[in-house]
Amino acid sequence: MTTVLVVAEARRGEIRDISFELIAAGRQVKEKAGASLAVAIVAAEPDRFADALTTEGVDEVLTVTSPTEHFEPHVASQALEALIERERPALVLLGHSIDSLGFGPAVAALGGLGFASDVTAIDWNGGPVARRGAYGDKLVTELEFPDKECTLLMVRAGAFEPASGDGSAPARAVEVELDAGAARSEHVEFREVATGDVDITAAEFLLSIGRGVEDKDNIEQFEELAEAMGATLSVSRPLVDAGWMPNARQVGQSGKTVKPEVYLAFGISGAVQHQAGIKGAGTIIAVNTDPEAPIFNIAHYGAVADMFEVAEELEKQFE
Amino acid sequence: MRIVVSVKQVAALDDEFELADDLHVDPDFVEWELNEWDNFSLEAALQLREAAGEGEVVAVSVGDSETDEGLRSCLAKGADRAIRIWDEGLEDADPLAVARVLAAAVERESPDLVLCGVQSSDAVNGATGVALAAHLGLPRVAVVTSLDYDQATNTATVERELEGGLIEVLRVQCPALLTIQTGINEPRYATLRAIKQARDKPLAEVGLGDLGLDPGAVSSAAGARRVRLAHPEKGEGAEMLTGSPAELATRIAEIVRERVG
Ligand SMILES: Cc1cc2nc3c(=O)[nH]c(=O)nc-3n(C[C@H](O)[C@H](O)[C@H](O)COP(=O)(O)OP(=O)(O)OC[C@H]3O[C@@H](n4cnc5c(N)ncnc54)[C@H](O)[C@@H]3O)c2cc1C
Ligand SMILES: Nc1ncnc2c1ncn2[C@@H]1O[C@H](COP(=O)(O)O)[C@@H](O)[C@H]1O
Repeated sequence: MTTVLVVAEARRGEIRDISFELIAAGRQVKEKAGASLAVAIVAAEPDRFADALTTEGVDEVLTVTSPTEHFEPHVASQALEALIERERPALVLLGHSIDSLGFGPAVAALGGLGFASDVTAIDWNGGPVARRGAYGDKLVTELEFPDKECTLLMVRAGAFEPASGDGSAPARAVEVELDAGAARSEHVEFREVATGDVDITAAEFLLSIGRGVEDKDNIEQFEELAEAMGATLSVSRPLVDAGWMPNARQVGQSGKTVKPEVYLAFGISGAVQHQAGIKGAGTIIAVNTDPEAPIFNIAHYGAVADMFEVAEELEKQFE
Repeated sequence: MRIVVSVKQVAALDDEFELADDLHVDPDFVEWELNEWDNFSLEAALQLREAAGEGEVVAVSVGDSETDEGLRSCLAKGADRAIRIWDEGLEDADPLAVARVLAAAVERESPDLVLCGVQSSDAVNGATGVALAAHLGLPRVAVVTSLDYDQATNTATVERELEGGLIEVLRVQCPALLTIQTGINEPRYATLRAIKQARDKPLAEVGLGDLGLDPGAVSSAAGARRVRLAHPEKGEGAEMLTGSPAELATRIAEIVRERVG
């Protein structure tokens, strides 16, 4: 029987949400392919997560005990290689998450597996068919994995609705010979990025600017506009990278997840990592000169226009 | 010390573009530029070399002749030499095939450190670096936002950026491969003089045969085959507002006031 293997993620004692999205993806393939669905968790004390991972549709939870307290990519590689060898899955699903970026491609490369990352949809046609973006999400591609016994797909966060519903899958400990030497990096500590003067996660109205602003000196115009409109100013990552704006104002995967009533975006292309932060926004309005900018796929209102010209006119409306 | 920086010349689509067929974009609508992430990894390498007061920074890329411009810009910023690897069969190569090819070239350099970008802005695989590390048998750290190299112990203390503003500090023994995240430093610009001087720096062109690779090994390393390239289904998409900037502003103001008035 075909097996789909989902690799769940945990961090600092908690299962990460992506795990349930992967289970949902696995469940879909299970139905299309008539497969069985196994969920693996590699952690220092994996048993504590087994119950929570037993959602509806999961046939088996596989636990692997890690010699390290925290995720370590080389341990994760070895564990997954052993799981693939023992369980012979036709499809392995990982998150396209920071942890999995550290080991998924390594396992695929050394194992000669079929492989695609940042996958947004999965179909089954005698084998997996994956869909992902191309040219920074302006296009989509479809990929096949001919002659591959096993294919590893790294699935974009948010591409699947998380699975819910209790299941009754048994847990099985998979013994993998991992010793402390399997780890090739040494955890020192976790640290939170310094918080700043504002809490953009609490804002009802965010006016957000991206690289379209072009120059540090142009930011002032939008600070003034935000003030006039009663909005809080937030930014995309490049403005923080350039040192123009503090970390606390950054929206996105590595910044803040925001949930304003209105998110007014100027000169932001809408990269997936930015989108990750605005899924909970009520109304998204995007102003961008590029009609193909991916932000228009998720915005509620869009305008193909120059952000400076629109900002100037808006300022007049709110004088 | 020797640091290899793996860089990619990426394709940026024009605002308006067309497909050439159901697998490719019409090249007339494509601009080529050095991958944003790779500017940061090059800068990190240059800073390490400068701090050590000795050493060599080698830029390596798999790409056709469009890539020369990107490699020349690396040389102008301070890389000591560059290597461009190409073979017709590498067109459309997936990240695993590219990693396999890069591994053959990087191995010959016996580097102390290999730096890649977290991702390339056109393909967004986030995969080539870690796959390359696997082939080289090097320890790796992905998504690095701070790098502190200690020459005495040949170790790197790095910060890895996790989701939601969490950072993990960790230590790794070199030689190692790091994938570098934007914002780790402030990439320099090349001076006009340096751009001129870069013309005399070595840029080697090598083929698969020079690396002891045969095309079969590369294609079997590939992880996927692209079967279709298309415009995304728009879904519901945005309601597009039209008109002059003043008219747009009026509509936007209305929408905003209705919701947060
Ligand atoms: C691991 C990881 C984590 C990341 N985390 C985040 C994150 O938390 N937040 C984040 O934002 N990014 C994040 N990124 C970066 C992300 O991939 C993009 O690079 C980034 O979001 C791009 O920002 P941008 O849209 O401002 O810039 P660009 O993509 O360069 O877009 C600028 C836009 O402005 C438009 N424009 C230009 N001039 C004008 C004008 N005059 N008027 C109107 N429009 C104009 C252009 O058409 C373009 O669409 C992350 C990346 C990685 C790999
Ligand atoms: N063709 C290539 N030549 C050299 N390096 C590459 C190439 N493609 C990807 N890379 C490296 O891998 C990183 C991540 O790219 P990707 O895996 O395509 O998202 C880039 O920042 C480069 O460092």
